[in-house]
Parts: sequence; structure tokens; C-alpha cells
Amino acid sequence: MPAFVLLTVLTAIRILSRNRLRAGLTMLGIVIGVGAVIAMVSIGEGAKAAVAKRVASMGTNVIMVLPGSMTTSGVRGGQGGAVTLTISDGMELKKRIPMLSEVGWGKRDTMQIINGNKNWSGLVNGISPSYLTIRDWSFSSGGAFTQQDVDTADRVALVGQTVVENLFDVGEEPVGAIIRIKNVPFRVIGVLSPKGQSSQGSDQDDIIFIPFSTAERKVFGTQFLGSVGALFASTERLEDLTPAAAQIRDVIRARHRLQPDQEDDFTIRTQVDIGKVQESTSETLTVMLFAIASVSLLVGGIGIMNILLVSVTERTREIGVRMAVGAKRRHIVMQFLIEAVTLSVVGGCLGILVGILGARVTTAIAGWPTIISAETVMAAFVFSIAVGLFFGLYPANKASRLNPIDALRYE
Amino acid sequence: MAALIRCEDLWKIYRLGDVEVQALRGLNLSIASGEFVAIMGSSGSGKSTLMNILGCLDQPTRGRYWLNDVDAAGLRADQLADIRNRQIGFVFQNFNLIPRTSALENAQLPLFYRGVSLREQRVLATEALCRVGLQGREGHYPTQLSGGQQQRVAIARALVTAPSLLLADEPTGNLDTESSREIMAILDQLNKEQGITIILVTHETDIAAYAEREIVMKDGRILTDRHTKSTVSLSGPEA
Repeated sequence: MPAFVLLTVLTAIRILSRNRLRAGLTMLGIVIGVGAVIAMVSIGEGAKAAVAKRVASMGTNVIMVLPGSMTTSGVRGGQGGAVTLTISDGMELKKRIPMLSEVGWGKRDTMQIINGNKNWSGLVNGISPSYLTIRDWSFSSGGAFTQQDVDTADRVALVGQTVVENLFDVGEEPVGAIIRIKNVPFRVIGVLSPKGQSSQGSDQDDIIFIPFSTAERKVFGTQFLGSVGALFASTERLEDLTPAAAQIRDVIRARHRLQPDQEDDFTIRTQVDIGKVQESTSETLTVMLFAIASVSLLVGGIGIMNILLVSVTERTREIGVRMAVGAKRRHIVMQFLIEAVTLSVVGGCLGILVGILGARVTTAIAGWPTIISAETVMAAFVFSIAVGLFFGLYPANKASRLNPIDALRYE
Repeated sequence: MAALIRCEDLWKIYRLGDVEVQALRGLNLSIASGEFVAIMGSSGSGKSTLMNILGCLDQPTRGRYWLNDVDAAGLRADQLADIRNRQIGFVFQNFNLIPRTSALENAQLPLFYRGVSLREQRVLATEALCRVGLQGREGHYPTQLSGGQQQRVAIARALVTAPSLLLADEPTGNLDTESSREIMAILDQLNKEQGITIILVTHETDIAAYAEREIVMKDGRILTDRHTKSTVSLSGPEA
């Protein structure tokens, strides 16, 4: 039996190579279909991986608490409009919820920063030292400020890559340099490692960190000492994220003395929520692209079926002869199925090449990240075999049901 | 000699729309192993139908057909295919070679379906082509061969499985006189030297004259059945 299959495959290749143009055109549908699937899935996977990377760049198991809108005599302000979160809220969270490994806070504003004759408008973020731990910031040179720097409201700064690029000459060492933020001199003590785009698409490296107390007292000024722009917390384990978020809500509601019928005056977001929203977007995209690509595979399969039906009619006499000399039904079925699968597999392999090429071109031209996984290639290969089998079955069965006498007499 | 073929009360009835065609009407026939039989008759006499049934390509509507003591009338399609593959060789009027396929591969075809190894297929098919005088033409395609040569490839294909029965349906119908004589000489030789039973359908009396026994059919029955051995010599009627 294996010898028979091998010989049938060889026969099929020879029969198909006799009519190369026809075989090529028949395969084209599969080539385009598989190529489209590979290219689309690799674009989808690339987008998904990019999103996952952005979400991961937030830190590990992060929970954000943002001040909510404040309703003043019926007029509702926007999110973050209220000055409702304070450092003491943060400290209370740390004390009351053991699940939280770190709690930090920050407050930010865009300010002009000057170094020598260069200036740059960057985001200045006054933070507690724990913020850096929560967000997983690391340093390419220098180091972080300490709680002591915060207590004494030292004028020290940590600068992000984008700020370094815009404020310092190439080769100039930022650590130790004195920069001015809103005309207040600061000593740079650390340069942050790059993080790239955030999950919202903003540049996370366009940032300067200074101690919260310094920001509050010497740079931003404040109407209400201790109010923060956002609270940040993190948990040890990913599973704790959602229950911790629920506990945070309870604690803050209690501290803010909100009645059960009152809305929250703050918003809690966990990294999981943000990741989910982003992922579902790219998943929808992947599913849609996959559906489109599947349609072209279907069309390709119908093309194979069509050409095989023509082939069965053309070769009726040959089928008759084969039956007369002893071919059984299954031999005839196998012959045509193998021809169909040969067409679809050769088409599928070409399609895989086309898809990989397409993904490369997409990355090169549009700059979209693409990922070609072995699973995708395998799935496309298996799928093209399946298409050949499925669409070859009807013509093969039709051929095998021919009556040998009629087939021999067919003109 | 043991009967290779026995037919008892063979009926074949076709239905073409409302019309019922009785191609065979209770035919009885017995052919011994090693015989060379010519079947003659006008078109519509039922000789093609008979050949199809004898060749296990078709089943009788009624009656029994024993080939080598096996009742072929009750077999399934796959079993009939096996019998065709192992016991019967076919030679057709229009050669029926597979196009764009070499003489050797055409001759190999029955072995391919028997599951013989490729090497053995090659050896046996080369040998069969040799026996019909086509050594050196193994790689030729049907279009590169003359009609006579094509028919010889077809005979090689029929011979390659060493069948006990060779059915030739108007084997010289598309050939000139010279090629016809060559083909008939080969068939005659196969019958005399290898003892292969040959059943030949023909219109031409000089072709029928090669056979030892002549059956004339009419209206689905045998009209005459006579032995004509005395008129045949080893090298043909002209010699």
C-alpha cells in the first residue's frame, strides 16, 4: 500500500506537470488564500504582542486609582477634575490592605525644562519612591531618590530617554548635571531605561521624576497639600489584582464617606482590565482578517474541485482502462484525492512563502510588527491538506463510480 | 480439458427509457482452457455484451457464469476488479493506452494495481514488451508509436499478469493489413506456445480464420458454433 501511494503521488505530479498553466492557475486560489491567512495572522499576532508589551510596560500587577469627576451643583466635571485623592488615602490603603505589596502616588504637569541653552517641554511627575517599584522603572545610569530625599524635599531629578535626547548633547553625561524646572534648579541623579509607548500610545520616556514633596512645594504649587494626581498600588500575585481592587474601593469609599446611593468619586483600573480591552480589540481584528482569508481558501478549494471535475470528464477513458486492468474503486478515489491534495499542498507551501513575504513587506513598508509562528505555518499546511481532501472528495468519488464499460466507450 | 468458461442461461436486459432491450437471451456456452475462439455476428447480435460479461466488466441480468469454477455472477465490484487483474487480459479495438505515458508504464499498469514492487513491475513489463517485439521502445509514448506498435503495447499490458484468458475486441479493427497480420501472429503464438485461452470478437472472416473455433451470434443467442481447426496453421492462413 505505501508503494501504491508513493507511485500515485508521482503519477499525480506527472499528470499535473503536463498541464502546468492549468495546475498553476488552479493552485493560485490556494496560494492567495494561504498567503492571506499567514500574512493576516502574523499581522494580528504582531499587533497582539505589541499590545501585550505595552501593557506589561505599565509594571507588574498594577492598580491605578484616579480621582473621579466632581459634581458641583449639578455640573459634572471631567475625570480627574476633582482633587479627591490624597497621600493619606494612599497610606491608609497600605495599612488596611495587606494584599498590596506597594502603594505609591504621583502628580504630574507639563513644564518647561532647561539645560544650558536647550529647553524642552516635558511631563514632570512628582512621585513617591515606591512608584518606581510599582511601575518597574529601571535605570540606565545613576539611581533612584530615597524616602529621605522626599522628606527633605530635595531638588533631585530622574530623567527619561526622550528628555535626555532633547536636553543633552550626544555624549554629554546627564547624571550630575543641573537642570532647571520652572526655574528651580535640580540635580539629575538618574537616567531611566526606555519603556517605549504606553498602552494609550503616548511616549512613556518623555518624563522627569522628582520627589513628590519637592513637586508639591517648590514646582507645581497646590491649593490642597497632600492631594495626588493618581494612586498606584501593586500586588504580589496576579490573582490578587481584582480582589485588591475591590478592597481599595471599599476603603476609599469609607474614607470619603460616600453613601451607598452615591457614585464613586474616583476610578479604579487594574492592569488586567486595560490588557483585556486592548487584547479584545486586536482579537476582533485577527478574527475578521482570518474570516476574510478563509473565504479566499474556500474559493481556492472550489477552484480545485472544478478543475478536477473537468479532469475526470477528460480522462473518462483512462479511468475505464484502469478499471478494466484491475483498479478498484478505492484506487481511483485515491488517485484523484492525491491529485487534489498535491495541488492544494503545493499551493499551500507556495502560499506560506507568499504569506511570510507579505508579512515581511508589511513590516518593511508600514512598520507594523508581524510575528510568524510555527503554529500558524503548521495550521496553514494542515488546512491546505484538508482543503484538498474536502474538495477532492466529490470529483474522486464521481470518478470511482463510473461504469467501466461506459467509461471505456466514452468519446 | 477443464472448462475455463461456463455460461448457463445467460440473460442481459437493458432498459432504455420505456424500451426493453434483450441483449442476451438465455445463452449457453462452454470454453475449455487453451482454446482460440472467434465470436462473430452483426452489430446488435449481443457479442459485445457477451464479451463484457466474460471479461467481468458487467454482470448478467440472469443466469450463471463460471470462470475457473468461480461463479462470477454473484461477485461485488471489487472482487470483479481482482478477477480482471489476475485472470483476464484485455485488448481493445482502439488500443486504449493511457496517453502521454510511456510504453513501459502502460505495460506496468495492471501490476501497479496488484501492489507489485516497482522493480518487479519494471522487470515483468520489460519482459512482456520483449515478447511482443517492442524491446528498445520502452520509453516511447503512444503518439510516437504506429497503430500496430500501440496494439502490441496493449497486448504486452494484457500479458504482463500472465492471465489465463485474453479477450480481444476487434483487435485489428483500426489496423492496416500488414499490422493486422503481425498482431494476429502474436495472438496465435501466445495461444499455441503458452496455452493462453483467447476469445476474439471480429467482423472479418480472415481474422476469424486464425481461431480454432468460430461462434456466430444472432439476437442474443448462439447461431452456429463450429471447430475450424483444420484451416489454421501455426503461421497463419496465407502460409
